[in-house]
Amino acid sequence: MKFGIVIFPGSNCDHDAYHVVKHVLGEEAVFLWHGDRDLRGSDCVILPGGFAYGDYLRCGALAKFSPVMQEVADFSAKGGPVIGICNGFQILLECGLLDGAMLRNASLRYVCKHVYVRVETDRTPFTSIITPGRVLKIPIGHMEGNYYAAADTVRALEDEARIVFRYTSPAGEVDPAWNPNGAMAGVAGICNKARNVVGMMPHPERASEAALGCEDGKIIFTSVVRAIAGSCV
Amino acid sequence: MTKHKVRVIVTLKNGVLDPQGLAIKHVIDSLGKTGFEEVRQGKMFDLVVTAETSQAALAAAQDAAKTVLSNPILETFVCSLVS
Repeated sequence: MKFGIVIFPGSNCDHDAYHVVKHVLGEEAVFLWHGDRDLRGSDCVILPGGFAYGDYLRCGALAKFSPVMQEVADFSAKGGPVIGICNGFQILLECGLLDGAMLRNASLRYVCKHVYVRVETDRTPFTSIITPGRVLKIPIGHMEGNYYAAADTVRALEDEARIVFRYTSPAGEVDPAWNPNGAMAGVAGICNKARNVVGMMPHPERASEAALGCEDGKIIFTSVVRAIAGSCV
Repeated sequence: MTKHKVRVIVTLKNGVLDPQGLAIKHVIDSLGKTGFEEVRQGKMFDLVVTAETSQAALAAAQDAAKTVLSNPILETFVCSLVS
C-alpha cells in the first residue's frame, strides 16, 4: 500500500508521518509537493502537521489553493482515504472537505501535551479496527484547535456519528476539564459524510513507537492499511 | 484602467467567541479604564485594484474577500472604496 504525504511550504510533521508509514508499518511512502498535480498512485493521502504558508491569513487558508489540493479533492470524491493531522485538519476545513472551522484555543495558549481522545466510531478507514469507546493517549501541539461550527452542523455531526475522536478523561468521560482547547462538543476529530476523509488535531505519528513513550497512534495507520487491504480483496 | 484602493475589514460573526478580544478587553479593564463593554478583534486589508471603474474594483475586492480573505463559517466582511 502506498501513502502519499503532502509537503506544503511550512509543513513540519511530513517526515514524522513518512517515518511511521515506511519504517514502523513497513508500507510504501512518497512525498507529494504542494505544487504537484499528481498523487503518484497513492492509496491514501496524509496532510501532515506544521504551518503551511506560515499560517498566514488563517491556518490552512492559503494551502487550500495549492494545486495538489484539487487532486486531493478529486481523490476523496472517488472514496480515497484522506487524513489531515493538526494543520492538515485545518487545511481540510478551509477547503470545505470537512465541516466547520478552527478558532484560537480558548486559553489563548499554544498547547503541547498528551491528551486523551475517545474513539467514537469505527466507521472510517482510519478507525476501522478500533473498538468504539476505546481511549487513546496521543499528543497535541497547536494554537488553533478550538473547533467551531454552526449549531446545526454540530447536530448533524452528532446525528450522523461523524465525530470520530472526542477529548475525554483517561477513563473516557467527557468533561470540560479534559478539553484542551475549548472545542465544541469536545471535537478532536471528525469525518465527512462519505466517511473517507478524517481530520484530527492530535498527532498519531508522534505516538506510534514504544521509544516515544506511547504507541496508541499507530492503530490509526494500521486501520487504514487493513481497510485498504480489505477493500481490495 | 485606473488604480483603485479598496479597504476590506474582516470580523468574526456575532456570536462567535473571540478569545483574543476578551483578553484585550481584560487588559483594558485591568488598566482601570472604564466603559468598555466589548472588544472584538478583526483584520484589515488594503487592496490596490486596477479596473475600469471604481464599482468594478469594489466588486473584484468583494470576490477576493469572499473566497480568500474571510472564512464564511466564522467571519463576515465589509469592503469600502478608499480612493
